[in-house]
Amino acid sequence: MSDSKDLLRAPFELAYNYKRSNGPIMSKFFEALGEQKILGTKSSTGKVFSPAAEFDPETHESLKEIVEVGPGGAVESFSWIETPQHHHLIKEPFAFALIKLDGADTCMLHMVANCNEADLSIGSRVTANWSEVQEQRITDIKFFTLEK
Amino acid sequence: MSAEDTPKDYSESPINLEYFYTAGSATTRFLNQVKEGNIVGQACPKCKAVYVPPRGSCPRCGVATDIEVPLTDKGCIESFTVVHIPIPGNPIVPPYVCAMIRLDGANISFLHLIQEVDIEQIRIGMRIQAVWKPKEEWTHSLENIKWFAPIDEPDIDVATLRFQEL
Repeated sequence: MSDSKDLLRAPFELAYNYKRSNGPIMSKFFEALGEQKILGTKSSTGKVFSPAAEFDPETHESLKEIVEVGPGGAVESFSWIETPQHHHLIKEPFAFALIKLDGADTCMLHMVANCNEADLSIGSRVTANWSEVQEQRITDIKFFTLEK
Repeated sequence: MSAEDTPKDYSESPINLEYFYTAGSATTRFLNQVKEGNIVGQACPKCKAVYVPPRGSCPRCGVATDIEVPLTDKGCIESFTVVHIPIPGNPIVPPYVCAMIRLDGANISFLHLIQEVDIEQIRIGMRIQAVWKPKEEWTHSLENIKWFAPIDEPDIDVATLRFQEL
């Protein structure tokens, strides 16, 4: 029987792209990100979902009314990433945060960067920073930073 | 073209998983031999079945297969499939043939490619032999064998490929 240190070990990478169909509402949401705008959808009760939702989970209605929200918002919750791993988009310590954008009633999961853990708390005001190149993806928002 | 078909309704979504594969002791022994250009199966001490690639135990008898059995790189086609659908990222252009290869002296088969023959000619029982990459490219992988190609020998009697009862 081989010693475990003699066993062969090799790294593997399983990677592939697939095409995601965004549907009529999310398509508008992503197109707007390309124009540095953040959209939400508004239900008949006045609740605003952002990222835009296609259906209201409470009333089950199809959501058609589009409203612009943000780019500022408040941190609802966050996880501090002290040691980013190679697959993280930000190489310095940062936070994954649920951000309730101004005008929205739901939260967007994104990143908050360029701050210290001690600077961040629930309720902190943050604002969107845009990527240099817009690709109609969620990463068109590079990250959020604390409002000055 | 409907609205759903317009390109901007789709977004490329990458999936990426990185992991380590640790070969067990049986596979490690097998792959160390493959690196040298040898195919070495393992036999069950009880039922004498020869497994290649070996996994270290006999699924029929539940005992360790600690008898090493050097095998030839010749065998026959046990089963095959003609692949017509391209797989993204796969450099092999369809149509091509994947086959279960039963090496002489082995009781199980493994998957590999069949090349250097018209697809219409390929049949179960056809005699084949490994076509190896240049020695300097050999690694711990069955990819050291580029593919299997037919050889000028009479077909195997298909009945001999059937499951052998103990």
